[in-house]
Amino acid sequence: MSSLLPWLFSAIMLGFACAVVLNRNPVASALSLVVSFLALAGLYVSLNAFFIGVIQVLVYAGAIMVLFLFIIMLLDLKAEERRTLNTTATLGGLLVAAIFVCELFSVLRHFHKGSLPFPPLAAGPLDDVRGVGTMLFSNYNLPFQVIGALILVATVGVVVLSKRELK
Amino acid sequence: MNLNDYLAVSGLLFAIGFAGVMLRRNIIIIFMCLELMLNAANLSLVAFSRFHVSAAGLPDYNGQMLVFFIITVAAAEVAVGLAVIVSLYRARRTTHVEDITSMKF
Amino acid sequence: MNDFLGIDWFFLATSLAKTLGIIFLVVLPMVSYTVYAERRISALIQDRLGPNRTGIPFTNIHMEGLGQPIADAVKFLLKEDLTPAHVNTFYFWLAPCLAMAPSLLTLSVIPFGSWLFGVPMVIANVNIGILFVFAIASLSVYGIVLAGWSSNSKYSFLGGVRSTSQMISYELSLGLSVIPLFLLLGKLNLVDIVDYQARNGWLLLPLWGEGLTLRRWLLLIPLLISFVVFTISIFAETNRLPFDLPEAETELVAGYHTEYSSMKFALFFLGEYAAMITGSSLIVTLFLGGWHLPIPWWSSGAGFHFALVDGAAPGIPGILGGLFNIATFFGKVAVLLAFFIWVRWTLPRFRYDQLMRLGWIFFFEIALVNIFLTAGILFYLP
Repeated sequence: MSSLLPWLFSAIMLGFACAVVLNRNPVASALSLVVSFLALAGLYVSLNAFFIGVIQVLVYAGAIMVLFLFIIMLLDLKAEERRTLNTTATLGGLLVAAIFVCELFSVLRHFHKGSLPFPPLAAGPLDDVRGVGTMLFSNYNLPFQVIGALILVATVGVVVLSKRELK
Repeated sequence: MNLNDYLAVSGLLFAIGFAGVMLRRNIIIIFMCLELMLNAANLSLVAFSRFHVSAAGLPDYNGQMLVFFIITVAAAEVAVGLAVIVSLYRARRTTHVEDITSMKF
Repeated sequence: MNDFLGIDWFFLATSLAKTLGIIFLVVLPMVSYTVYAERRISALIQDRLGPNRTGIPFTNIHMEGLGQPIADAVKFLLKEDLTPAHVNTFYFWLAPCLAMAPSLLTLSVIPFGSWLFGVPMVIANVNIGILFVFAIASLSVYGIVLAGWSSNSKYSFLGGVRSTSQMISYELSLGLSVIPLFLLLGKLNLVDIVDYQARNGWLLLPLWGEGLTLRRWLLLIPLLISFVVFTISIFAETNRLPFDLPEAETELVAGYHTEYSSMKFALFFLGEYAAMITGSSLIVTLFLGGWHLPIPWWSSGAGFHFALVDGAAPGIPGILGGLFNIATFFGKVAVLLAFFIWVRWTLPRFRYDQLMRLGWIFFFEIALVNIFLTAGILFYLP
């Protein structure tokens, strides 16, 4: 039962990722991406990464995708009219993606260690917020501070970019 | 599912994102497909973190740290990127990459 | 013994029973009677009578209008379900479903009682409890965005945009305002937070256990600030007056649900009240002791103390205790709901720019300073 769920989440994730690419309506694409990200959060939970799963829902599905939807609605993008596809780019893109997938599977076939089941974790509930938090404020303290500065810079940048008067 | 299955799923997600970037001409959709590719990388990182269990029976949190930073940077990146797209739309009234051919506005 | 096909059937059955029980026996009736209470209390405040006639049909028994919610539900179900011609049909249908679901999902991690028949009275006891709540709450924006956009009408769209930016802005102060709690307790699990409060005094009422120390009384200052910011942010998150700009009827007709009718409208309406119940349950769980009620007790051994009603005790006392704890929890929630209603009919509405300024300039900063204050107290009085 619980070994079935990751497969289910993977199928949902990949299916809706395809929907993102294939939908003509940008709003439908964005909503498909939300479902895809929620399924990905499910996969994280199946890997015992509860904190990352929740952050995925909170940041990606709850904040980033709302921003996307907002912009799509504000710019009032209609469903794409049927343009002639750029044949070279399309064929090239599909070809490269196909080659990448073939290469991936051939590499994975020879990676025998990866087909063993995952090593067992310590018994009892996993307090992974504590684990991630401890690491964040000790080993990764400097990157953490830098990220803070980065977000500040991004905030200022966005405000400057959206000011209409500034030329 | 074992590690290889997760890696295969992650690779497929990456391929879908890549195909989307090549196929679609709407800059917002391209941006979303880029997010898909980023998330594919995140999935493989979390899978490796679960695969590399420490002696105390805990997953390797270094991998999860990286995912945490990627998500944070992605949030900043999306905010700035969408602001750029909005100002582009104001100047050109379009979000199609094929219509944006000149380098100077 | 309970394992069959790799599934813990006992766990599955009890979880299912708890989920169905809490949704259909407690929350949904509570939602409809909150609507009734809203109408009666508003009438009381405005010196009217309110709905006091609907009782048992075909008799003269009025029961102070307690049959009104059932009559309302029948009315909603029987009205014509109109889908205007200019809407985007699929998303127009999807939006009401998305509006109701998140608030019900959030309830799954809130401990609404201690123990009953040896089963913990929380649907999912997860370590990341409060983060899960915030994650699901951040999804509740989608119903409103989609309703505003798919209705294809300017009032709906403006209401949707307003509501979304309001919810996103106040999510920040909501998240920041609870950090002092985590600094104090060091965990995110809501069950543990309530257990701590039962043993060491509610966070806003430190009268027993560790709560009698100087440190906890000093911490009462930042916790009180947290409580105020959190409560006001919940008001903004649930789009209640004084922050009900998305449906400011003088400007926007009815905001994002202008084009909706019949049961689809009812889902938005009930979703708003369900969000209120979820918000009140969160406030109760985090600050007001959850299911715990101190009973003043005197015994010759321990002298005067506050007794703990233990739902885990064996036999009949345990069952009674468990039921008592559940009743306590929902009693506290009901008091908070009455407070919500009281505020709605007392305060005027903010203007939109005032709302944004309040959120970004005042609450955001207050919550940030509050974290430093708590950290300082915890540093000097470890």
